[in-house]
Amino acid sequence: MDEAFSFVFLMFAATLRVATPLVLCAMGGLFSEKSGIVDVGLEGKMLMAAFFAAATAAVTGSAWLGVAAAILAAEAMALLHGFACITWRGNQVVSGVAINILAAGLTVVLGAAWFARGGQTPALESEQRLMPLFFPRAGDSILVYVALASVPLTWWIIERTRFGLRLRAVGEMPLAVDAAGISVAWLRYRAVLLCGLFAGLAGAYLSIAQNAGFSRDMTAGQGFIALAAIIFGKWRPFPAFGACLIFGLLDAVAIRLQGVQMPGMGEVPVQLIQALPYLLTMFLLAGFIGRAVAPKAAGVPYEKEH
Amino acid sequence: MSAPRRPLPAWAEIAALPLINIALAFVTVGIIVRIIGVDPFHALRFLVVGAIGSSEAIGYTLYYTTNFIFTGLAVAVAFHAGLFNIGGEGQAYIGGLGCGLAILALDRFLPAWLMIPLAIVAAALFGAAWAAVPAWLQAWRGSHIVITTIMFNFVASALMVYLMVNVLIAPGSMTPQSRNFTASGKLPSMQEVLGAVGIQVAPSALNLSVVLAVFCCVAVWVFLWHTPWGYELRTMGHNPEAAVYAGTSLKRMTMLAMCLSGALAGFVGVNELMGVHQRIVLDFPAGYGFAGIAVALMGRSHPLGIVLAALLFGALQQGGAELAFEIPTITREMVVVIQGLIILFSGALAHLPRPWLQSLLAFFSSPRSRGEVPAQRAEG
Repeated sequence: MDEAFSFVFLMFAATLRVATPLVLCAMGGLFSEKSGIVDVGLEGKMLMAAFFAAATAAVTGSAWLGVAAAILAAEAMALLHGFACITWRGNQVVSGVAINILAAGLTVVLGAAWFARGGQTPALESEQRLMPLFFPRAGDSILVYVALASVPLTWWIIERTRFGLRLRAVGEMPLAVDAAGISVAWLRYRAVLLCGLFAGLAGAYLSIAQNAGFSRDMTAGQGFIALAAIIFGKWRPFPAFGACLIFGLLDAVAIRLQGVQMPGMGEVPVQLIQALPYLLTMFLLAGFIGRAVAPKAAGVPYEKEH
Repeated sequence: MSAPRRPLPAWAEIAALPLINIALAFVTVGIIVRIIGVDPFHALRFLVVGAIGSSEAIGYTLYYTTNFIFTGLAVAVAFHAGLFNIGGEGQAYIGGLGCGLAILALDRFLPAWLMIPLAIVAAALFGAAWAAVPAWLQAWRGSHIVITTIMFNFVASALMVYLMVNVLIAPGSMTPQSRNFTASGKLPSMQEVLGAVGIQVAPSALNLSVVLAVFCCVAVWVFLWHTPWGYELRTMGHNPEAAVYAGTSLKRMTMLAMCLSGALAGFVGVNELMGVHQRIVLDFPAGYGFAGIAVALMGRSHPLGIVLAALLFGALQQGGAELAFEIPTITREMVVVIQGLIILFSGALAHLPRPWLQSLLAFFSSPRSRGEVPAQRAEG
């Protein structure tokens, strides 16, 4: 009995641990997408943040300075995205892809030049990391709770505040927002900056809470899984959170099932479980499980008439 | 795609604007190199010598160029149809799988002259099939092709890891790779080919795929600008409603454009597996699919532009490797940074220099000498 409880608890904890960066990233992405700015650059923002968090924590010895650096790095990428997509009305997907590739290269180039460990940052001591608060075995660092709190917060901002109302409006019909005398560009910039904040926290979690340092490409597609979760949750905070938990559970199960013989079906290929979030999202997008409708103005640059 | 902007003269659209965009990317790289404490001009010299300083270096540069041509063309064909194919990476991967499977199945029975064309066709078919699913989802189910092609990259990668680890791994091998291809499944290197006609070059990874790449460039050019289907495809990209009005089936054109795109990306597998590794290995697409976006943007989606852009990228790839060898503080990933910056400046921020150029031109010329037709832009 005790063992079963311990198993369930550990599975639950593992799910939360894996889901935390997804949740943070998805909530950030929601703000951006709701405002009409498509963000395929979540992965890159998170990677940059992870690198600067670990690098700063390693150099200064302070985890909190690491978190601050992560947020700054992600915000810099977010501003770049905003500058290209909002100010210059560039293609949002192209800008996102550019940010992903830039981050993949720059983190290794800077890491190798500064620390000379082939792109890795030095291993962090426990006082340089965000350590578990209550349950050492569960890995419940403060960012796990931040991620949990971010879901109702995001819901509240988007659904219950004036800013949220305008945010939704600008993602559906920017012309109406403009006609009401509200700046489309400023609204979208704020959305993009909120996205950077959350992506920064997600990156910091990866490198200084979940792991003890940065390694190259450590985001490993999690930014895209977060994007999938947003779509899977049909651009709503709580369902997106649910999708993150499902994807997190899949990952936790995949690690558990490695090499295990299942009764009746032999060994379950771990790769299949890893590909499931993407496959499920595509089934959803194809309209086989309900319908996912993006904000109407998503991806379309807004041209103010003079 | 976006609202009209004030047009520039044709020469400025085709040449000056892209060159300024590239220059901005390189200035930024120079600043980054400076930040990590290396003299940018010092680095540039190693880069150039490493890329074109010897017969062997040129061979490797052209070998990398081959990959970039394939993925650049792949992205460009989709661009012309108004589709953004981010799935080049996965299509190259699965194309390579097709090429490899054909060879593993038949190389013991068929002579090279039959095996090689078959393997190339298999690469094209598998790449096309991997692109056909997102295309079908877009055309019939309305799912956004950007998202589905991204997802398919990950699915391709998971599939390949599964196949290599569990199915295709050579008996007794510790690393996940297939058995070696026999002689008939090997694409001749350019050193052998040129040696046969009496031209001596240094050995390198350059193989016959480069000829296939050049052929693809010509074929894509003929197809897009000199066939009815190509015309329909471009019409769809410019104005889908007009295309429908003219009787084009958008569904069929979406399938056609994406299948062509996937087939072109699949040829990376020919160059890598049949030309170099001579067995199926993991991770051989190594970012070429994504770099294809940069190549297509920089080459303005025209085969000639793509060849020039691919040459630059090939030189960067080869020169970057040599540079990393000469200056240890710089790693090979510097090339990835350059790719990202080129996508940023030639793609998302493509119009950044436009006002500068406009005021510069206005300063030097009378208003009448300005061209009136904007050249087409490579936008998704």
